[in-house]
Amino acid sequence: MAALFEAQLTLHAVTNKIRMEGVSRHFPSGQSAQLAALENINLEVLPGEFLCIVGPSGCGKSTLLHLIAGLDRPSAGEIWLDGRKVDGPGPDRILLFQELGLFPWLTARENVEFGLRQKGIGRSERREQAGYYLDLVRLSQFEEHHPHQLSGGMKQRVALARALAMQPDVLLMDEPFAALDAQTRDLLHDELERVWHETGQTIIFVTHNVREAVRLGNRVLVLSYRPGRIKKEFSISLARPRHIEDSEVASMSKRVLGQLRVEIDKSVRAEFHHEQFA
Amino acid sequence: MNNLRKIARQVLFYAAVLALWQGLALMKLWPPYVFPTPASVFEALRIGFSDHTFWIGIGVSLKRMLVGYALSVILGGALGLVLAQSDFLEETLGRLVVSVQSMPSICWLPLAILWFGLSEKAILFVVVMGSLLSISINVEAGLRNVPRIYAMAGRNLGASGARLFLYVLLPASLPHLVSGLKQGWAFAWRSLLAGEMIFVSLGLGQLLMMGRDLNDISQVVAVMVVIILIGFAVDGLVFRIVERNLRRKWGLSPAA
Repeated sequence: MAALFEAQLTLHAVTNKIRMEGVSRHFPSGQSAQLAALENINLEVLPGEFLCIVGPSGCGKSTLLHLIAGLDRPSAGEIWLDGRKVDGPGPDRILLFQELGLFPWLTARENVEFGLRQKGIGRSERREQAGYYLDLVRLSQFEEHHPHQLSGGMKQRVALARALAMQPDVLLMDEPFAALDAQTRDLLHDELERVWHETGQTIIFVTHNVREAVRLGNRVLVLSYRPGRIKKEFSISLARPRHIEDSEVASMSKRVLGQLRVEIDKSVRAEFHHEQFA
Repeated sequence: MNNLRKIARQVLFYAAVLALWQGLALMKLWPPYVFPTPASVFEALRIGFSDHTFWIGIGVSLKRMLVGYALSVILGGALGLVLAQSDFLEETLGRLVVSVQSMPSICWLPLAILWFGLSEKAILFVVVMGSLLSISINVEAGLRNVPRIYAMAGRNLGASGARLFLYVLLPASLPHLVSGLKQGWAFAWRSLLAGEMIFVSLGLGQLLMMGRDLNDISQVVAVMVVIILIGFAVDGLVFRIVERNLRRKWGLSPAA
């Protein structure tokens, strides 16, 4: 898969999986002020690409994913998926929410089955698929548990299984591993990489962890703080399998972090300012 | 062990209440037609149940409750649904509903009698009006308070329209709905007994008034005991068990 991807990069007439043209998203803030969460985003994502996006909090990373997922609409610009304009959510794009959004009234298995049921898949097949994906995230023993009976990391894995079970063309992940301990995160990095290899899915992965972005992505975008713009783009051509402790990953992370730090400083200063004069 | 202690505590408490009651009756502070003894109330209960008047009263009242409550749930649920759909309706009709709901349900009685006469319909009308609005207020609140993330997750996973409502919004608002149904039941029960006092209606309310007419304080208190027990059975057992199971399943803290 990775080799195939490299080959695609060399071709000029590659069809994009996702294309964003001049996309902006403004939110009303105060009486007449508009908060520019995203400003003039132009982005092309190749089929099978693993794209990571880093940026300070408040830079519109989540908004970007919501727009692609069709759960929110851009204030300006257009988003295309496989040459079709995005107009609402679809089963070809699944967003793994930062707040997970697991349904507390359903068990882990029923949560995973939810989307399959909406697709019209029959009971026994649904069960089998849910079992497969829960096994993949190592939760087979907790199938019948409700979300509140699971630890934070386990909940996150249920949400991952629920997203993977939909077998989307595009997997949108919003800081999915932020609340996990280091070992579980390592494990899930490997799993995610394996699934990506096997399925050829296009993944857009938002994180604030630069190392994670470099460990996983083919490409890392740094977003700027308010308005959210694409500040810098890094192509990551390190050989896979990669490990988060690799020295190549570390030195690449340093370069990315150099760009990111300026934006984080801006965001911290803006928040400090806000607190002082609020 | 813990349960046994809880039961023992309850038994002790009610034994103490009975002893106090008996003690006050023995002191003869008031004449017996004003203050009955526990024994005379038990006797009234025994007679009432053995000559079937209490059974008939319970049957008639519960049947009215079921009809009136079912109507309230259907109409109130529908109204709540409508109110949850639009902010305009919420601000206009919704506010009116809240103000009207603040009125004690017995105040519907004169209107009911003018409209329907001294009839079954009048009683049902009072029951429905007494509980419908509280149900609709709770249904609306339940639907409006569904965290946005659930609707988003549902849409993200391919649910929309009626399916989103049925599989996401409805279950997500279930805790609210159950407390709405519980409150609706309590309001309906109060309204029913008030309504039944107005004419020869055969229900428990009527039995209370009959006790008054006959100057039979023991019967009055006996019927009150029956009414309390039924209220306790439905409210304290049925709804509490449903609520407790729901909260346990969802991992919510126990209801205050």
